Amino acid sequence: MSTKLIPSSQPQLSDLDKPLYSPIKRRSFFMYAGATAGATALVLAGCSKSDSTPGMVNVGSNDVGVLNYAYALEQLEAGFYTSLRTGTYYTGLAAGSAEKQILDDLYYHEVIHRDFFKAAITGAGATPIKALTPDFSAVNFNDRTSVLSTAKAFEDLGVAAYNGAGRRITSPNYLVIAGKIVSVEARHAAIIRDLVSEGTFVGSDVVAVSTSSTEISKDPATVAATANMYLAEGSKLDVSGI
Amino acid sequence: MNIFEIISEIEKVDPEVYDRLDSRRSIFKHMSGLGQKLTAAAVPLAFGAILNKAYAQTSTAPSVVDVLNFALRLEYLESTFYNLGLGTIGATATAQQTAFRAAFSATNLASLDIIRLDESNHVTALRTTITALGGTPITAPSATFNGVNGTADFDFSGGKGTTAGPFAGLFTAAGAATFLAVAQALEDTGVRAYKGGAPYLMSNKDVLTAALNIHSVEARHASRLRTMRRAGIANNTASRVAITGTTEADRSASPKSWISGNDNGGPAPMYTAPVYGAGSAPSYTPTTLSAPVFPAENNVIQGGVTLSATTLTNTATFPALSYSEAFDEPLDVPTVLTIARTFDTSTKFFG
Repeated sequence: MSTKLIPSSQPQLSDLDKPLYSPIKRRSFFMYAGATAGATALVLAGCSKSDSTPGMVNVGSNDVGVLNYAYALEQLEAGFYTSLRTGTYYTGLAAGSAEKQILDDLYYHEVIHRDFFKAAITGAGATPIKALTPDFSAVNFNDRTSVLSTAKAFEDLGVAAYNGAGRRITSPNYLVIAGKIVSVEARHAAIIRDLVSEGTFVGSDVVAVSTSSTEISKDPATVAATANMYLAEGSKLDVSGI
Repeated sequence: MNIFEIISEIEKVDPEVYDRLDSRRSIFKHMSGLGQKLTAAAVPLAFGAILNKAYAQTSTAPSVVDVLNFALRLEYLESTFYNLGLGTIGATATAQQTAFRAAFSATNLASLDIIRLDESNHVTALRTTITALGGTPITAPSATFNGVNGTADFDFSGGKGTTAGPFAGLFTAAGAATFLAVAQALEDTGVRAYKGGAPYLMSNKDVLTAALNIHSVEARHASRLRTMRRAGIANNTASRVAITGTTEADRSASPKSWISGNDNGGPAPMYTAPVYGAGSAPSYTPTTLSAPVFPAENNVIQGGVTLSATTLTNTATFPALSYSEAFDEPLDVPTVLTIARTFDTSTKFFG
């Protein structure tokens, strides 16, 4: 049994992580635009990794790309915790209940994270990505299980994303910022997981408990594949630049 | 073992290794010729001591191996702590440990056992990584329980070896709540320590990722321990228990799963305040880091932005404490060592 901290292979995607976004839509676009098969091939041949895929939001590259990537994920989380506040699961929670306190705090924290990134990217003289349109059609905000399992997925995803992004950051300042946020996301993930099932704050789906007990971090492409399931057309992320 | 191979391996992570090793030391005198007079058994001990001296706390920035060995010290502190209270994995629990375990609810005990396993795994993984980098892991501290509050190397009562410190009895059933309080302080310290060390791992991206992947697990631990403290040792659905009190002053006894302001100084403010307070930047701290570099946990200046209802207009109705809750803060090595020395004995494991 390996206790190496540096794994030799990426973890497998769960069923939930497999992307629903279908590439057929892009071919349809070219057909509607009147392009012939030959012209289509030329256009595609000219595509490089850094070209934006039509309709997707390209986070950019280098440190600003990573900041915009984080901004995108925080937008998704903030949007989720905002949306849930109108669902009957949340509105039905007793005023002094643990779950209401926790969901309130998570809403405050994620909105703060989101708006902090927009301010920080702007302050650094760079351009933040646009306000994304989420797609929460798969979530039933009137149902505790649906809300909490989605919250769990987002928080765990955020931890894995920040940890996987660390190596792509070149400025120590930005690494520190990412570090300050990821531990809070991990605290969030732990309590949400406990609300779903007591004592699952650490589980084999997110931590390599049988070897090194390290978090299973994810690279941007893997994270985007899951995040894009919850982002509307025109707001899906292209992270190929980071 | 091949000393020269090890030195050249270390050279890959520390090009200045030859400057650090004192060439006047006898180890090199004897190895200068073809006839090596040192026995194979003597060399590792002497060489280890030389390396330890070369990489002891200096005024220069820590190397990758330095950071990992520092993390390893903290992991040993934590791992020993859980082993003494809960029993070591695979060993037969003593009568005291059995009674201690019985003080917790089933889900709380299971959670503590998970944390115990994780810390043990972290120790192993760090040792393996340090060795793979060509470094020498620190010598393991004693694992032999004195049956009271610690080992030859750690006094978890906080009594510096007297076993009569403020946390005395924490490994007994009657002291189980104190155990959770110390556990929270240890895990919150660990999170801050890993965060402070991350910038010094940027030269090795695999190791940086591994450290980040330990850091977030410590944060999961801290969250769960706080949840269990909030609900009480015997509560079997701790996550369902709300905080009591609405101000920061209430957080010592009834913590959130995240740090609120300075958490009123933590579980035992007279002793745990430094865990949540400001550190101070050592001379080698990169000047490119934004101020404040090692602030207290109630810090609200992030990336040069002072977070408030004015700067983040969507947050106008948010509680004032939420700005500090949303971010954890790093801590510098000297301050972490000071905190860790709370549990030192005369062997001075933390120097």
